[in-house]
Amino acid sequence: MIRYIIRRLLISIPILLIGSFACYVLVATAGNPLAEMRFRPGVTEADIKAAEISLGLDKPVIVRYWNWLTDFVSGDWGQSIALGQAKTAVFPAVTDALWTTGRLVIGAELLALTLGVSVGVLAAVRQYSIFDYLATSTAFLMFSMPIFCVAVIVKNYGIQFNNVLESMGLDRWLTTAGPRPGGFSGSFGEVIFKYTGTFLLPTLALMLISFAAYSRFERASMLEILHSDFVRTARAKGISQGRVIFKHAFRNALIPVATLFSLNFGAVLSGAIITETVFGWSGMGTLLVNSVRQFDPPMLMGWLAVTATLIVLFNLFADIVYGVLDPRIRLG
Amino acid sequence: MANINLASEGGVVNSAPQSDSHEFDASKTRTQSQLVLRRFLRHRLAMVSLGVFIFLVLFAFLGPFIWTYDYEDVTSKSYQPMSGIHPLGTTQVGKDMLALLMRGTGYSLQIALIVAALATAIGVIFGALAGYLRGFVDTALMRLVDLLLIIPQIAVAAIVVKGFSGSWYVVALVLAAFAWMQIARITRGETLSLAQREFIEAARACGASTSRIIFKHLVPNMIGSITVNATLAIASAVLTEAALSFLGLGVQPPDTSLGVIVLENYGQFMNRPWLFWGPFIVLVSLSLAVNFIGDGLRDAFDPRQTKVRA
Repeated sequence: MIRYIIRRLLISIPILLIGSFACYVLVATAGNPLAEMRFRPGVTEADIKAAEISLGLDKPVIVRYWNWLTDFVSGDWGQSIALGQAKTAVFPAVTDALWTTGRLVIGAELLALTLGVSVGVLAAVRQYSIFDYLATSTAFLMFSMPIFCVAVIVKNYGIQFNNVLESMGLDRWLTTAGPRPGGFSGSFGEVIFKYTGTFLLPTLALMLISFAAYSRFERASMLEILHSDFVRTARAKGISQGRVIFKHAFRNALIPVATLFSLNFGAVLSGAIITETVFGWSGMGTLLVNSVRQFDPPMLMGWLAVTATLIVLFNLFADIVYGVLDPRIRLG
Repeated sequence: MANINLASEGGVVNSAPQSDSHEFDASKTRTQSQLVLRRFLRHRLAMVSLGVFIFLVLFAFLGPFIWTYDYEDVTSKSYQPMSGIHPLGTTQVGKDMLALLMRGTGYSLQIALIVAALATAIGVIFGALAGYLRGFVDTALMRLVDLLLIIPQIAVAAIVVKGFSGSWYVVALVLAAFAWMQIARITRGETLSLAQREFIEAARACGASTSRIIFKHLVPNMIGSITVNATLAIASAVLTEAALSFLGLGVQPPDTSLGVIVLENYGQFMNRPWLFWGPFIVLVSLSLAVNFIGDGLRDAFDPRQTKVRA
């Protein structure tokens, strides 16, 4: 197992290197970070030359990439060169954003997995029941929904729950602004109150989308397994229905969902970016949008490197889970 | 979708008694494609969806010729409510929402169709090459797939659109560059098993070239899954394009798309809900219709699968 993990990590290093080089070239050719400087009054050609030299833009791309890479690996992720927030360090900016987005993604994914898998199993066990029709058609509908529309709807209708609370004489609970950078203050109860109030609506919006995919997949694979020979054999031996479903079918039916979970990570990330934008959080989404708009190569490279590494690690994690779920798959 | 299956099964059962002998005779002479087409035409939900899809295409491409306002017309009236003159109201700058929707649907459709066509072409060629030639080509192409899967599409698309231009075809090209991997993987998998079969061996023994084997022998045998996945690629391209444009990183004004329209109007959700629900309904019915058509095609190409499927 440990050998497998080490080997996988070693394989992903060249992939990440090539990926980061491709991204670097793309970012370097896509725009000139000094383009806006030219339009500012009083900027002479000499100023631009000086800025170019101080940013190292006069060197060839491959040299710049090498400098960036060595700095990045040694922990110096560089500074933002966007006009508005020049000199902001990239590392804290990216990690802060990641912390905000990460909490949203983890909560939503855990909820979506639990709910999606349970609904999928129930729908498969009670195939063609009313519950099954409801679950499948909801899942199909959610699957075809644009995530930003779901987020807008959840945000606007969800926030009205506050009015209900107020009419009952309670405090307003839900907020749509992001978590405060310094964390929440107050007593333990107050922190929980603020935390849930902040996270509930965006988590719900993000969860609904992933939930659709998980329940569809779980239902399909559960049905396939419930119709397979070994389940019939288990039933014929007189094993109780519950035992057949949980010991024999359920564990096997989780395997395709694990695959989906790992491949889905990129999609969930972009879902989180969109949800954040609708709710006005300052997470990875806002960071990306701002860095692209102001064209800030160091920030973009930090963003891309962190997300690509996360996706690689996530795929590895999913493969390990895969091996645990299915003993027929030998990792090694 | 269980209810679809039930409907189509019901349809077959009902029609069976009258046309029993007829069906028996006909099945001898029917080709594979006729059988598939027949099954598809009997799939009620897919037919309804095809109707919706055709309606949306006409709405987008013929609508602007009929409707009195153009999407670029700026009237002096900002935020008009729904009325006979402006059935879906006007936006903040006074553009007619119905005209905007027609134009936006048109761009979204154009982008989605180009993305799906390109992604299918690249995916099928790469997948078939990897699966048929194996060895070095296979390793290289599959590593390329791995590489593209770890780079977040949304960021790359945003950077390209920012750096080059926000024209709709640039958006389509970038999205296509990230949409072919799924189809390539499926095609590769099917090619791997098809390539072991005798008819491929026979073709090779006759001296057929690689391209002839791929396009004349392998692709026709995979046409079912290729068609289904191409259809599903349209649906996901519609949603991806809309999401990218919604973030302001996709199609840029003066071009418009459904995502841009939602972006410009979702702030009015509570006060002028029609400005949100109009584009929302078009977007959802487009993606639902395409998904259902894909489902119907899958049932038509492979009737055995209908029993057990999500």
